Amino acid sequence: MTGRTLAIARKELIQLRRDPRSLILAFLLPPALILFFGYAIRFDIDDIRLVVWDGDRTQTTDRLVDAFVRSGKFTVVGRLTDYGDAGDWLVRGDALAVLAIPPGFTADLAAGRPAPLQLLLDGSDANTATIALDYAHGVARAFSVRATLEGRAIAPPVRTASRVWYNESLESRNMVVPGLIAVIGSIIAALLTALTIAREWERGTMEQLVSTPVREIEIVAGKLLPYLAIGLVDVALTVLLGTLLFQVPFRGSVLLLFLLTVPFLVASLTFGMFISAAVRSQVLATQFAMIATYLPALLLSGFIFAIANMPAILRALTYLFPARFYVDVTKAVFLKGVGLEVLWEEALALVLFAVAGLALTMRVLKKEVA
Amino acid sequence: MRLPSRRHVLELVRKERRQLLRDPRTRMIVFVAPIVQLIVFGYAVNTDIHDVATIVVDYDVTPASRRLVDAFTASGRFRVTDRGTRSAAALEALESGDAVVALEIPAGFAADLAAGRSPSVQILVDGTNSNTGTVALGYANRIVQRFGAEAGSALAVRRGFEPLPAGVDLPARAWYNPGLRSRDYNVPAVIGAVLMLMCLLLTSLAVAREREAGTLEQLMVTPLTPAELMLGKTIPVSVVGLIDLALVTTVAVAWFRVPFRGSLLTLLVAAVLYIVAGLAFGLLISTVSKTQQEAFMTMFLFFLPAIILAGFLYPVHTMPALFRWLSVLDPVRHFLTIVRGIFLKGEGMAGLWPEYLILAGMAFGALGLAVTRFRRSLA
Repeated sequence: MTGRTLAIARKELIQLRRDPRSLILAFLLPPALILFFGYAIRFDIDDIRLVVWDGDRTQTTDRLVDAFVRSGKFTVVGRLTDYGDAGDWLVRGDALAVLAIPPGFTADLAAGRPAPLQLLLDGSDANTATIALDYAHGVARAFSVRATLEGRAIAPPVRTASRVWYNESLESRNMVVPGLIAVIGSIIAALLTALTIAREWERGTMEQLVSTPVREIEIVAGKLLPYLAIGLVDVALTVLLGTLLFQVPFRGSVLLLFLLTVPFLVASLTFGMFISAAVRSQVLATQFAMIATYLPALLLSGFIFAIANMPAILRALTYLFPARFYVDVTKAVFLKGVGLEVLWEEALALVLFAVAGLALTMRVLKKEVA
Repeated sequence: MRLPSRRHVLELVRKERRQLLRDPRTRMIVFVAPIVQLIVFGYAVNTDIHDVATIVVDYDVTPASRRLVDAFTASGRFRVTDRGTRSAAALEALESGDAVVALEIPAGFAADLAAGRSPSVQILVDGTNSNTGTVALGYANRIVQRFGAEAGSALAVRRGFEPLPAGVDLPARAWYNPGLRSRDYNVPAVIGAVLMLMCLLLTSLAVAREREAGTLEQLMVTPLTPAELMLGKTIPVSVVGLIDLALVTTVAVAWFRVPFRGSLLTLLVAAVLYIVAGLAFGLLISTVSKTQQEAFMTMFLFFLPAIILAGFLYPVHTMPALFRWLSVLDPVRHFLTIVRGIFLKGEGMAGLWPEYLILAGMAFGALGLAVTRFRRSLA
């Protein structure tokens, strides 16, 4: 069996070598994606364009605006002389937020009356706006505490000692890079194999292959091996770039990561092959593969959008994608440094996916050949 | 070169339409998949933080500590999923991912609070998802702060002082999206992504398939001109794209209740330009590829950066300058600016004309290029 499997694997490799665009996809896509995501994607919001309308104009209000700037999160891009212009800044997207300080602010603050500020936000990007609002609250709170406790011998009533674990600086890069490994893996796997069997059917070489004594398992294994190797190289490449170039912490075991990468890749590869064998048409296979892999891997894997936020039905749906489990694995191994004692459920799920994928592909192949 | 003849084009459109919609599986991909995608991804692209799984380790167990925990749950942002008796339980819950936030209240919390000794509450946050982590941490701090302010005021009154001064109040109003629902921002973006994918899927393999099947030679010996052939391929796909647009827009408004503040006509104009741009890029890819496999890979190498640079997953303005410049070449980015403007801000062409202009330029530029390439590949 090994001889025939290897022969098919070699044939598949030769075919791949003659197809430069597939090779580009296989070997240039992972580093390109890592660079792209590493440099281009920043969810960290630290340059909030703020416009200030100061209707009070005192030293206190200067200090307040200064507090916003010194937080490092806000950049004052303009000052309004007329409060009515606030809308223009927001609608054009030139500013994300407008801080309005009403006349009498300083007097109210000194007299112990509630001193209202007003923050107008462009809420269209709700995520950015929520975080900006949060920073603004932080600045205002700190300012408020300093202003009201001035000269009073009262300690702040409750202290919070907050600590962030696993991704101490809350950098989005540390979340994106491990997740990206899973996305790259599922894309590469499904796309590279989506056409392998459909192509043979369209060209008529499948009949030739069937007429040889080769068995289904040998066809599947032979077509699987080269892509599995490519997938593993890709994962290694991504891990290296992520940790060396972007300094993403890697706290767990490399061995465990690769041990669990194998069933994940087998599951994704056989999924692509299954589509390919089931529809027998290259056009349809690509359409199915694109719809069933790229966007789901990006959006349903928990790579960026937390699965916990999704409604129950959708959460249930995510269990159909091996990428979901693998994202859990990569994030946990990279950032938390945990082992199988925590990840055994994910490991089990990945192995089940791999076995199911192999069985399904072989079944479809058998039925078609007969 | 003669002008495209109406009869030729109509005949071709009929043939392409038949070829496109003959296969029930293709019909499903064309008409059902966009709706399913929009619904599924519409629910997925949600960054609103609520019901964050929280483990509470309360060493104090007093009315005061319970009030603090209640303040967390009453906010709607946190849901207590577990209670532990040891700090180690919090560690385990965070490690296994069962909880994202751990709240630890020290022994003597109530006594310290009453005596004005500033007890310290410990909040641990799993930062693995930096977005959830940032927002949850902010909410948690704010809740403790408010709790503390109330307790402090009560303490001051009890000691015969005046209540603490009110301090700075920061009411905020979010325009365009008052509830700060991330879905309102992201669902229109999903429309853009789904439409582009559909256009590319339907066109990028079209010419390559005819070449592989050998039917391209047959077409070449007919008196059809390249322009007629391209029109014949683009018109049915445009119609399909517009039907898809109607379907997904209906789902966005009726199902997800995304506000639609602009005019349908401006959306329609933008969509026509965008769809033509999408399928022109698809055809261009098809004419530069010899096999379907090549066409597919090229299509993917186009679609992937197009989505990444579009500002779909994160705002364009946070990207480094180089990527911001690159994104100007991305039709998806311009379409997203337009749909978000139309849906949320009710903007019209007056404010969005640069985007319309760029989209139009891309659409006709790419279409012209595709026709030229196609003519050359025929010759």
